Amino acid sequence: MSSTELETHTYDVVVVGAGGAGLRAAIAAHEAGARTAIVCKSLLGKAHTVMAEGGIAAAMGNVYPDDNWRVHFRDTMRGGKMLNHWRMAQLHAQEAADRVLELEEWGALFDRTPDGLISQRDFGGHRFARLAHVGDRTGLEMIRTLQQRAVALDIDVFMECTVTELLHDTDHDGVQRISGAFAYWRESGRFLVFEAPAVVLATGGIGKSYQVTSNSWEYTGDGHALALRSGASLVNMEFVQFHPTGMVWPPSVRGILVTESVRGDGGVLRNSEGKRFMFDYIPEFFKGETADSEEEADRWYEDKKNNRRPPELLPRDEVARAINSEVKAGRGSPHGGIFLDIASRRDAAFIQRRLPSMYHQFKELADVDITAEPMEIGPTCHYVMGGVEVDPDTGGSVVPGLYAAGEVAGGMHGSNRLGGNSLSDLLVFGRRAGASAAEFATKLEQGRPQIASQSVQDASEAAVAPFALDGGENPYTLQRELQQVMQDLVGIIRTEAELTESLRRLADLKRRAGELSVEGHRQYNPGWHLSLDLPNMLMVSECIAMAALERTESRGGHTREDFPASDDSWGGSNLVLTADPTGGLSLKRQDLPQMPDELRELFEVK
Amino acid sequence: MGYQLSMRLWRGDREGGALQDFAVEVEEGEVVLDAIHRVQATQAGDLAVRWNCKAGKCGSCSAEINGRSRLMCMTRLSDFGPQDVITVTPLRAFPVVRDLVTDVSYNYAKARELPAFAPTPPDADGKRRMMQADVERGQEFRKCIECFLCQNTCHVIRDHEENKPAFAGPRFFLRYAELDMHPLDTHDRRELAQSAAGIGLCNITKCCTEVCPENIKITDNAIIPMKERVVDRKYDPLVWLGSKIRRRDDRTEL
Repeated sequence: MSSTELETHTYDVVVVGAGGAGLRAAIAAHEAGARTAIVCKSLLGKAHTVMAEGGIAAAMGNVYPDDNWRVHFRDTMRGGKMLNHWRMAQLHAQEAADRVLELEEWGALFDRTPDGLISQRDFGGHRFARLAHVGDRTGLEMIRTLQQRAVALDIDVFMECTVTELLHDTDHDGVQRISGAFAYWRESGRFLVFEAPAVVLATGGIGKSYQVTSNSWEYTGDGHALALRSGASLVNMEFVQFHPTGMVWPPSVRGILVTESVRGDGGVLRNSEGKRFMFDYIPEFFKGETADSEEEADRWYEDKKNNRRPPELLPRDEVARAINSEVKAGRGSPHGGIFLDIASRRDAAFIQRRLPSMYHQFKELADVDITAEPMEIGPTCHYVMGGVEVDPDTGGSVVPGLYAAGEVAGGMHGSNRLGGNSLSDLLVFGRRAGASAAEFATKLEQGRPQIASQSVQDASEAAVAPFALDGGENPYTLQRELQQVMQDLVGIIRTEAELTESLRRLADLKRRAGELSVEGHRQYNPGWHLSLDLPNMLMVSECIAMAALERTESRGGHTREDFPASDDSWGGSNLVLTADPTGGLSLKRQDLPQMPDELRELFEVK
Repeated sequence: MGYQLSMRLWRGDREGGALQDFAVEVEEGEVVLDAIHRVQATQAGDLAVRWNCKAGKCGSCSAEINGRSRLMCMTRLSDFGPQDVITVTPLRAFPVVRDLVTDVSYNYAKARELPAFAPTPPDADGKRRMMQADVERGQEFRKCIECFLCQNTCHVIRDHEENKPAFAGPRFFLRYAELDMHPLDTHDRRELAQSAAGIGLCNITKCCTEVCPENIKITDNAIIPMKERVVDRKYDPLVWLGSKIRRRDDRTEL
């Protein structure tokens, strides 16, 4: 293809992804005066943020005036088993409340307290009721609000458009910097190039590499892989969150999320013997703040001052492991899960008002009336804590011009993310990354970067390669095998032998991914689209397996059967991954950034 | 429990197309989208279908299933007998892109025509206060997942391509109603709802309400009240008098 027929657009900031982080970044970049574009794989308003249910964690103090950012910061760090980047956790806790109020300014209609303020609900790991919410469809409210804001600001949106490569040039000091992005229109299959000195990655996570997941098809780790191939680093990739409560039956809906609000609003977990088993799984680390009897736990819903939290509201990693153990011990539900019961604890009207979409989801998809019977649930791959290593204040990676925000960025959540902290993360760091990218792009000291025609040529050729081969591998088959490998060998509970085996299998899949064949032509061809996503999925899966093999302890979203305890010698280290130009990955151990004393003190006082 | 499902899927593009027969193995508890994914993975890798969440929350997988506007992810195979043929065709009100994927840009263009929310300033503490009862009406409308099934079904759009420039459709009447009922909005969009969005063309046959997967009472709770508000503004002598004597409604008309 000659360069003259290539569609080209020029912007200051290109945001890849239109979920909460991408939209918030684009709004910030636009407001900072940058010419801004959003490029997203789906239609606007369909991104995975829409699936978020429970709420946005922010210490607004509307329900408990004692709440403040320090308490939120402490909860977040403890939930992440202290492996979070302290500065990100601090900024997040300090700024989340303003970001929520901003959504209201833009038209969000949150549920209210009796005083007319934004209502806040309980969630796992949060000391106070802190999640701003709209029933159990908070993500929809958030994405629609941001979408409507972006439309009001007239920001350009390239819908159903997939970025396959970032483009670079070399500045006067010999440093590789961002010059733009190469993409294809899903509808026509035609290529396009964005000329832009700054790119914000807001591509979300990696969950589609697992068989049982709450994530949509889009979650193929594109941003993680684009960053690696650009020379940026990934941190904390061994930490993958398995949400304790996904649907398990019927098979078609296996993995679909059941919001933590069910537990926040009074739901409890029971095994096949009817036992409320979470009392048997309270770890030492959380004993001081967790109720040790059903009576105390039940009193907590009404009186939080004098009672401790129910163990069902321990952080997600603890609950997921407990469920896993109960099922393994033969005390599971008929379809291999465990029972989540709110029907016997709250009246039908309350459940329907607080959890309307859960009611709807179970009624429509599983013939279960959650106001009358318990749900069958089990862990589902939900979130990757790991992501692009960024500067906390700006969201900038080590590559000039490359920014990341939201799930694709790493550090904020440490080894385990608390529920509700994702939506607030998207807003806080989306805004920061967008504003920083705009500032970078509009104050270029060395002039605008240039796009090398050779790299565009290379990207075009790579993108059409799957059409060239006849009788090669079916991308759908390969994806299914990848999901099986990750599910079986790099899942909730890991061992050295299985992780080593996973790396061998991934290497084999990587080789086969070089021999994909797709049928048909370039117009809206999902088989072709998948064949271009697969290399990203494989690269990120390899990162997860490598880091999981290296970390010989159990912590947060990483559990090693052969190293079941957390190990203090690992408590101060992150694992960081980088790629060489041929895609070869390397791993190094890196000290955690030092927390200042005034924050450290928050963990010493009880 | 599995059985062979007979499906007829429309395949083609803007130039034309036809129904194509497929036989696909399906399992208990599956939905139409599962069957289509299996066709895609094993028989037609390039079968175009739009989907995301597969849980009825994103509104991407809209299509016509045996002639009815439905979400493929929320239509269970158990709604049909094992002998029934399931026919899936693209939304008819919008131009086909390929196979089951249509060009829904009409809806995004209409969204751009609608002036945004413009709130009153916050209270002294930086917060805004609204009562739950006052936000609930808007919350019902904000359950909308933008599947555009209502748009597809509305005969003003479906049967009259020529109406599209002057008619925003039920999804956007929801939005007008939501903003009009927002306790803190300072803009009055009633004139626009009539002139730019064409709410007068709707003759309340409730087809939109019937197909809404979120069970939003589009006609009863949004369109009819909005029509009344539009009419009140124009013709109600008391409202007219009230606006002359005392500014009962100090919103800015757009």
